[in-house]
Amino acid sequence: MSPGLLDIRDLHVGFDVYGGMLKVLNGVNLTMEEGEKVGLVGETGCGKTTTAKSTLKILPTPPARVFKGEISFRGEDILKMGLAETRKVQAQGISMIFQDPTAALNPVFTIGEQLMDAIRYSSLGDSLSKQKTRERALKALRDVALPDTERIMENYPIQLSGGMRQRICVAMALATESQLLIADEPTTSLDVTIQDQVLRLLGTLVKEKETSTILITHSLGVVREWTERVYVMYAGCMVETARTKELFSNPLHPYTQGLMKAVPKLTGEGIAEGVSGRIPDYLSPPPGCRFHPRCAHRMPTCGEESPPFSNVGNDHQVACFLYKE
Amino acid sequence: MTILAEEILAVNDLKKHFLTRQGTVKAVDGVSFSLEKRETLGLVGESGSGKSTVAYTIIGIYPPTAGNIFFQGQDISREVERRPKPLKKEIQIVFQDPGSSLNPRRSIQQILELPLKVHHISTNQDRTEQIEKLLGMVELPVSYMYKNPLGIGGGERQMVAIARALATNPSFVVLDEPTSALDVSVQAKIIKLLMQLQEELNLTYLFITHDLSLMRNMANRVAIMYLGKICEVAPTVEFFQNPFHPYTRMLLSSIPVVSEREEELKPKKVISRGEIPSPVNVPPGCSFHLRCPERKEICSQVDPEMVEIEKGHLVRCHL
Repeated sequence: MSPGLLDIRDLHVGFDVYGGMLKVLNGVNLTMEEGEKVGLVGETGCGKTTTAKSTLKILPTPPARVFKGEISFRGEDILKMGLAETRKVQAQGISMIFQDPTAALNPVFTIGEQLMDAIRYSSLGDSLSKQKTRERALKALRDVALPDTERIMENYPIQLSGGMRQRICVAMALATESQLLIADEPTTSLDVTIQDQVLRLLGTLVKEKETSTILITHSLGVVREWTERVYVMYAGCMVETARTKELFSNPLHPYTQGLMKAVPKLTGEGIAEGVSGRIPDYLSPPPGCRFHPRCAHRMPTCGEESPPFSNVGNDHQVACFLYKE
Repeated sequence: MTILAEEILAVNDLKKHFLTRQGTVKAVDGVSFSLEKRETLGLVGESGSGKSTVAYTIIGIYPPTAGNIFFQGQDISREVERRPKPLKKEIQIVFQDPGSSLNPRRSIQQILELPLKVHHISTNQDRTEQIEKLLGMVELPVSYMYKNPLGIGGGERQMVAIARALATNPSFVVLDEPTSALDVSVQAKIIKLLMQLQEELNLTYLFITHDLSLMRNMANRVAIMYLGKICEVAPTVEFFQNPFHPYTRMLLSSIPVVSEREEELKPKKVISRGEIPSPVNVPPGCSFHLRCPERKEICSQVDPEMVEIEKGHLVRCHL
C-alpha cells in the first residue's frame, strides 16, 4: 500500500482537568489516500473535532495531552515536527473550515484584511506583492460564487448573512491551495437550502483543485451524498469504516445500526427508539469496548478487552467482537 | 372564520411587526391557520421566516400587531399578562435550547414546582408526589429532583423542560424546535416520548422545526413558512407526495437522505439558489420570486392569494 496522504495510527489524546484526566481519544485510526473524500460521523462529544485539531496541531496543550500514537502526513509524523515544519504544514498542507463561521471570523477586521492575511501566511516568506495578494483574494471570493466581490472585501463579518460568512470561510480555506481540507461541520448552523448550496460549491471546488477532504458531521444524510468513504466514531474510538455505499446498505456495528434507525426518514415509517443510554463519562470510561454498556448484543468479552478492527471484506472494517473471524 | 366545535386554536390573519431603526420588520405578515384537537401541525421554515415569532405571539410573549388568535373560541390576541389565568395554564411551550430555558441555579424540583404553585395545582403536602409523577411521565428517575440542570445531559434537560410544560396539565403545547440542539439518537427518544404523551393526555401540538424528514414522521399537517407568510399547507402524506409550491420543492430536494428509497421520494432536483431576503425590505409581489426557478412576469408585481387546489391543500402561488 502507498503511504497515502494522511495516516492516523492509534492516537490517544487526553485532557487534564480537575479530578483527573479525560481520556477522550482512545486509539483512533484513520487513513486516507490522495484526492479522497472521507466522512467522519459521530454524535456530539465523541471526539471528531479533537481528532481534527490534533491533525492540525492546534489543540491547546495544556490541558490537552497527546500521549500515544502518530499522525503521518505524507509520510512525516506531524506530532514529532518542530515549530518551523509545523508552520509549513499548517500554512500549505492542511486547512480547516470551522463549524461556526461567526466565531471563526474576527469581527473587527474586514473580510479583505482577513482573507489577505491568510493568503500571505500561506505563502510563507515568498513575498507576494500587495496587488497580487488582493487579486488572489478577489479570485477566491469569485470562486465561492459571491456577488460584488469588491464590496465584500470592505465589509465586516456582521454585515454578511450566515451562508455568506461560511462561504468566506470556504474561500479562505481554499485560497491557500492546501492538499488536505478538514471541514468541521461546515453546514450545521445553516438552513437546508443554504446547506445544499454550500456543499455543492465545496464539492465543485474540491474537485477542481483536487484537494482531499475530511468532512466532519453528525448528519448521516450529508455524508451519504457527499463522501466516498465513511468513518463512524463513538466515544473516542473508530467503530466502523467502509465505502459510503457499502456502509449505508450494510451497517454492521450495533452503534451504526442504532444511529441509522434513529434518523427520521422521508418515507414516514415512524421513528425507532435510537440508542439507549448516553455517551460515557470520559473521566472513567468503561473498560473494554466503550460501547458495551449501551449495546444490545454485548458478550462477556466486550467488558474486558477492546475489540480490534476486523476486516469483513469489501473494504469494510468493524471494531466489534460480533464480527471477529 | 367560523369556530368549529373540535377546533382548539384558530389564527386569523396574524401580523407581528417590529419597529427597528432600519425600518419595520414584518416578521409575521398575515398568517392564518387552525388546529383541531389532538392534531399536530408542523410549521416549517428556514431561519428568519418568522416561525418562532408565530409561536411567541400565540403564547403571548408578544402582543400581535394585527389579527386575532382564538383559543377554544375565546379571543386571546393580547400579551400574556392580560390573559385570564385559567387560560394561561392551557397553553404551554417547550423552547429550543434547554440549556438556556432552565435556570441553572435551581434544582429540578424547584423548576418543576413553580408552575404547580402558581396555578394552585398541588397542596404543600402532595407536591413532592406530583413532581415524582411528572418525572415519571418523562421517564426520568425520581432522584433527578435533587440535581440541577448543569448536572444532566442535553436530552435529559429537554425532558425536564417537557415535564415543566406538562405540569399545568395543558391541552395545547407549542414545541419550538425541541430537538434541533440534540443528537439524532436523543432526538428519536424525545420524539417518541412526545408522541406517546400526546396519545395519553390528548394534547394538541404546534410543532416548529426546520427538519422536514422529522415532520414527515410526526405531523398530521404541514405548513411551510417563507418570509412571514405561509406558502403551502397540506396533510402530511399529500404534502410529501404532491408538493406544489416551488419553494417547497426546493426545500424537499435539498434534504440529505440516508437511503435509496427516500431518494426516489424526493422531487426532481431543484437547484437552490439565493437566500431568504431581509424582512425589513420584502420584495414586491410574491416574496419568493427572487429565488423562484419558475417565476413569471406577474410574480414580481402581484402577491398571490392562497388557493385551495385540493381538499385541505392550500398554496400561495400564481402557478
